[in-house]
Amino acid sequence: MMNKLILGRYIPGDSFIHTLDPRAKLIASFYFIGIIFLANNWQTYVVLAAFTFFAIFLSKVNLGFFIRGVRPLLWLILFTVALQVLFTRGGATYFEWGIFSITEFGVINGLFIFCRFVLIIFMSTLLTLTTPPLDLSDAIEYLLRPLKAVRFPVHEISLMLSIALRFVPTLMDETEKIMNAQRARGVDFGEGNLIQKMKAVVPLLIPLFVSSFNRAEDLATAMEARGYQGGEGRTKYRVLEWHLKDSFVMIAFTLMTVLLVYLRA
Amino acid sequence: MKPIIELNNIHFNYQPEDASPALNNVSFSINQGEWVAIIGHNGSGKSTLAKTINGLLLPAAGSIAVGGKELNSENVWDIRRMVGMVFQNPDNQFVGSTVEDDVAFGLENQGIPREEMLVRVKDALEKVRMDSFATREPARLSGGQKQRVAIAGVVALRPEIIILDEATSMLDPEGREEVIATIKKIKEESNLTVISITHDIDEAANANRILVMKEGQLVNEGTPEKIFSAGSELIEMGLDLPFPERLKVALKQRGISVPKEYLTEERMVDWLWTSVLKK
Repeated sequence: MMNKLILGRYIPGDSFIHTLDPRAKLIASFYFIGIIFLANNWQTYVVLAAFTFFAIFLSKVNLGFFIRGVRPLLWLILFTVALQVLFTRGGATYFEWGIFSITEFGVINGLFIFCRFVLIIFMSTLLTLTTPPLDLSDAIEYLLRPLKAVRFPVHEISLMLSIALRFVPTLMDETEKIMNAQRARGVDFGEGNLIQKMKAVVPLLIPLFVSSFNRAEDLATAMEARGYQGGEGRTKYRVLEWHLKDSFVMIAFTLMTVLLVYLRA
Repeated sequence: MKPIIELNNIHFNYQPEDASPALNNVSFSINQGEWVAIIGHNGSGKSTLAKTINGLLLPAAGSIAVGGKELNSENVWDIRRMVGMVFQNPDNQFVGSTVEDDVAFGLENQGIPREEMLVRVKDALEKVRMDSFATREPARLSGGQKQRVAIAGVVALRPEIIILDEATSMLDPEGREEVIATIKKIKEESNLTVISITHDIDEAANANRILVMKEGQLVNEGTPEKIFSAGSELIEMGLDLPFPERLKVALKQRGISVPKEYLTEERMVDWLWTSVLKK
């Protein structure tokens, strides 16, 4: 189950991208999603694609991982592209049938949307492949810090996030164990029609919920025994350091924005 | 020897309508530097007792004093600083996402400056021989390793008392021995007081004193030699027979008269070869 999922996986390494500050990477990824909407002609898309592939090259991660990251969303992408191609009118018409038509503008729009999707997925996969989940949650906590002013529980949210991340593999293991235990008792997972399939999940879900409750209770007791009293007066073991190269990344993104604004039609 | 923990007539009930209380009139004291094992059947109140010592549970009646201070709702956090606890399930008490984060968790709670945390975390991991695993995630550790990390997390806080609440019960024999040896070493280095709640005979044999719980009451106490000489009654107390005792039972069944008092393995060997010589 876990092996197919590329989204949210981390590939250890020590490349330029790996050693960037997670805050820089997180800001850059969101910023990239923002500026991708500036692109509206082939020059701008070439610039963005070149930039993305250069970042992938810097990360030293195999391109295959990125392509596999796109795969689960492929149907969504194709569906959106197909809608664009079939329903956009304008320019030379190549084919017409009832409400459907394939036109010059439609094909170009479809291509642009395809590029947009792929580039966004590549960039966000690059973020998760090169950043350990824990660093990401540290970065999120840091970036949410201003929200403390409006009484947003930043410490609690980030603690929840890091505990959740820590328990993902543990719960995955447990799910596997319960599934096998139930299979040994004759439960068929993934067999039969929709209702039968849903019924088969019950003997998996209920034990999983119950054990999560027990885990939560044990964990809370252990945390309290180790002096956890909430976010007040706590120091931090992990620190994030902003280096010169993180600033360079920010400058590179600014320059690219300027270039895109200049090139766009 | 001054007592570091004193319990006076402790009563505790999880639900007020429960017929028999989880703890009923329990009193004892533990001296500084002592290793005390608490044994008893499942449901005899051992774990409840452990949780009352650091204020995770507040007794309905009676008083608890740790380090000369009487436990109340104001100083409960100070007392928790003195008492470190290691629990049963190695997975459920692992708070951090990596080994070093987990060891640092308790230190972060106490607001210890980062420079000192770095020193203490490294030091504690060296003590439990996990320093080469500092950046590992819990999913990639064995049960015994996780339990050693839990001990490191407690050791880093430099408590005066460590309570092991069935800390070895989910481990294989090898992991168990490792954990007990680690605790023993740390105890000798820093003059800790250790309270171990256990079903494991070897863990109990390491103690200076054994307390036996039954149905929420303290029914027996004494040195391991005294308790182990109870022979087959030990099984009723919730313990296995130690190996020399099992050997004695087997010899008795074969018509050989054996000494009544408890013998350690070495003394058993001594007795065996002298008795063979006598014949």
